[in-house]
Amino acid sequence: MKIAVPVKFVPDLVEEITIDPSGTALDTTWLRLIINEFDDHAVEQAILLKEKAGGQVSVLAAEAEGVDDFLFASAAKGADQLVKLTGDFSTVNNHALARAFADLLKKGKPDLILTGVQAHNDLDGSVGPLLAENLGMPYVGYVAGITPASDKVIARKEYSGGLVAEIEVKLPAVLGIQAAEKPPRYIAYSKIRQVMGTAKIETSPIAGLDTSGGTSVSRMFQPEVTQRATMLEGSPVDIADKLVGIFKELGVL
Amino acid sequence: MEITLSPLSSSVSKVFINSVYELKDGERIKTCLQCGTCSGVCPFGYFMKFPPGKIIGAIRADIFDQVLKTDTLWMCVSCNACAAFCPSNIPITAALMTRTKEEMLLAGNIPTELQSALENTQRYGNPLGESPRKRSDWTIGIQPEVNLLAKTRQPVDVLWYVGDYASYHLRMQSATKAFAKILNVLGVKFGILGPEEYSDGDSQRLAGERGLFEMMAQKNSQAFRKYKFQEIITTDPHAFNALKNEYPVLGVSYPVRHYTQFLAERLEQIKPLLKKEIKARIAYHDPCYLGRVNGVFDEPRTLLAAIPGVELVEMSHQRLNSLCCGGGGGGMWLDGFQWEKVHTRLSEWRVREAVAAKADILAVACPYEPPRFEDAVKTIQAASQLKIKEIAELLAESMDV
Amino acid sequence: MSQDIFVVIEHLRGQVSDTSYVMLAGARQLSQNFGGNVTAVLLGHEAQGLAGNLAADKVLYVDHAALTDFTSDGYQCVLAELIKEHSPRVVIFGHSSIGMDVASGLSVKLGLPVISSCRNFTTEGKFVSQICGGKIMAEGDIPSPSALITMVPGGYKAELGQSSQPAAVTAVPAPSLEGLRLSVKQYIEPDTSDVDITKEKMLVSVGRGIQNKDNIELANDLAAALGCVVSASRPVVDQGWMPTTRLVGKSGKKVKPKIYLALGISGAPEHVEGMGDSEIIIAVNTDQNAPIFNIAKYGTTTDMFDLIPALIEKAKQSK
Repeated sequence: MKIAVPVKFVPDLVEEITIDPSGTALDTTWLRLIINEFDDHAVEQAILLKEKAGGQVSVLAAEAEGVDDFLFASAAKGADQLVKLTGDFSTVNNHALARAFADLLKKGKPDLILTGVQAHNDLDGSVGPLLAENLGMPYVGYVAGITPASDKVIARKEYSGGLVAEIEVKLPAVLGIQAAEKPPRYIAYSKIRQVMGTAKIETSPIAGLDTSGGTSVSRMFQPEVTQRATMLEGSPVDIADKLVGIFKELGVL
Repeated sequence: MEITLSPLSSSVSKVFINSVYELKDGERIKTCLQCGTCSGVCPFGYFMKFPPGKIIGAIRADIFDQVLKTDTLWMCVSCNACAAFCPSNIPITAALMTRTKEEMLLAGNIPTELQSALENTQRYGNPLGESPRKRSDWTIGIQPEVNLLAKTRQPVDVLWYVGDYASYHLRMQSATKAFAKILNVLGVKFGILGPEEYSDGDSQRLAGERGLFEMMAQKNSQAFRKYKFQEIITTDPHAFNALKNEYPVLGVSYPVRHYTQFLAERLEQIKPLLKKEIKARIAYHDPCYLGRVNGVFDEPRTLLAAIPGVELVEMSHQRLNSLCCGGGGGGMWLDGFQWEKVHTRLSEWRVREAVAAKADILAVACPYEPPRFEDAVKTIQAASQLKIKEIAELLAESMDV
Repeated sequence: MSQDIFVVIEHLRGQVSDTSYVMLAGARQLSQNFGGNVTAVLLGHEAQGLAGNLAADKVLYVDHAALTDFTSDGYQCVLAELIKEHSPRVVIFGHSSIGMDVASGLSVKLGLPVISSCRNFTTEGKFVSQICGGKIMAEGDIPSPSALITMVPGGYKAELGQSSQPAAVTAVPAPSLEGLRLSVKQYIEPDTSDVDITKEKMLVSVGRGIQNKDNIELANDLAAALGCVVSASRPVVDQGWMPTTRLVGKSGKKVKPKIYLALGISGAPEHVEGMGDSEIIIAVNTDQNAPIFNIAKYGTTTDMFDLIPALIEKAKQSK
């Protein structure tokens, strides 16, 4: 089975996120990008499927700082093909990214496309379903388990409350991954370095970006703190004291 | 324990042992007497399915692959006790335990907590997952301002390599600030790298991530090359070990000393400044990578003895056979994992020794120790009055800075 | 071309989601800016009963056997036709496992913009979305002539979307639903052998701050001392440190205990969705900027690993 995993890099929230002077976008001066956590799971799920049922895994990303390292790490995990979209992505949104991936994947003709169900900076839909519609493929999101069969897969779709629906999906299809069946594995840095010498990242220049369908933001801001918690001070013992007092007051202890 | 001898397992053992021979003094492993000293002196040897001596036995029995399947090797805290007491002088920690951990990492056999610390190091240059930009935020408020080399670009006499926990950990920042004040009082011309400083990588190296260690070394080396200084001093014994013994192998060589050596050299200048009395019985804990591995035992004691009012006492394990706090070799990031297995912590053992020595203060010289010992104090009734202090904190207190 | 606000009702196995009511409440506010009706769109099979308490001006109901279960295929097909026919000003979907599966696809199919994660609307009729784990809000005009929006709960109380007076239901014939590529084979119930956290009066909840699986034992000890159970946020469950039955949040359970003790939980919207209605939230997080402190009644930046043993001790003493 040919599996493609398009991934997206998003702002790393460990760093302080600030708004730029225009007040309509994030300040990119100190912004660092990190792989979208759900896409990391998508890569892991793809590799697990390959280990279970054989096949080929391609990982695709738009160029950005850190993307090369991620692609090599994917190769170290077992990905067979690494593709980097090159060009000017400064105005990219999910619609444009999905179209760029679609152009590439129309040629590659994968059987199954796995991508993270969402990313924390999504403002104009998510890449998965946008991509599916561009390719005319069906889409199932919030998938946390895949059983491959011949020309279809059974996807386990999660709903709130822990309910799961097992859905038969005719291939080719796009699945939005919520969680891989196992957490993303660790790759020793020496293995990644080794792969850097042997694996090759194919580059694919984009013609341009079609951002239509996206969202225009007139103001971006950090939420006002309307009502903040009463902070408890003191040593852990003091705080424990106060808490037990509260628990008793409310009749739970 | 099930032993399955299969024709395949011999090559795993053979390939592994050959890789050990290639390490410095690795061939000494051939002279192992199977005397059991290493396993006996190992703080967790009683619990490991394969303590050091037994690993060598397993290799000789061609069942090394069995070792790779267990996770008890992650109980090893790289304290070097095994190597220090081996009658055949086999560098067990470096040539065997670390080498085995490297294999386990390659095979993906790694506890999750350690995985996060390693991934954080790779991504943020520190195992705590903190923003590299905030690495020198601890300097805020110190007057005169701490010299951030990237900002001032002045040549200095001393480059102070601060380290991960000293920079980011809330408890350690007070010790770090204390040392900055001491340097100021002594008029030392020093500078720090701040956000340009990366993890020394030594504990990660000992946990099996050689590649990651080399990357950290490379990044630090790039920073070192930018500035002019005479020597490096550090408050972190793990960084001290890395800079002194491991970085030169990679071509990164600078004179380096631990801060206790640096200060002991200036004892005559410091003595008159120690105005305040600290009336206490102080037990000094020899950190593994300062004492046992690098032979620095006296200077910390000299400094403590110089403080008026201090009565130095020794614990039952001291100097060469000092008890590891449990933080090394990845232990800092295996605490939950290790506790689950043995329901005890090395730090607790050590704190009990301090109590037995009737110490009021347990003095330390490594940034892993205060958080670990202070944690241990919380769970030991008898130690409720025991204070944990970095030597720098005690000196600063006595100097009244 | 109309100024109506369409709300795509989400339901699963006979239950309308809370988010559906929140969407109706939001739509009601928005309808004041645009002047049109609030139209609930209900798709299903023999499901007209679900329209009973929807606070809408009217309900469009499409019945088809193929719509018995939600599939993005079936819903997208029907909704595309409805939207093309009625050209509503805004179509609101839930930012959920149902709504997110179809909104983006429809955006591409119909050439309409889609706005994600909308929490509420301003009095001028602008959308306000929350992104980056709740740390950033984005505001803007809702593009004309027509736009799709996925909404998260939190901006409006679900009660405002409920009505005791049923709206008029118009049955709309379904388009042909041949050639669907998705079919639901079966549902798997959540594991009932474990505790039901939705029934607990107090929960000790752990987030990423618990750091690793081995520390969960500490949380268990605390819960035992307090006479309650442990729940968790998604990162903890995704790592396999706690079973899914203990998951609180958008993809897990919604809980409303008297006390929700959040340990090492930052308070990202997806989690708050599952516990925001708790009577009293107490947050323990070393990051004083963690969003959880904005919804907590009490908070502390004490390290939870220092607090837990002390709390266990105090709880035992007070029994």
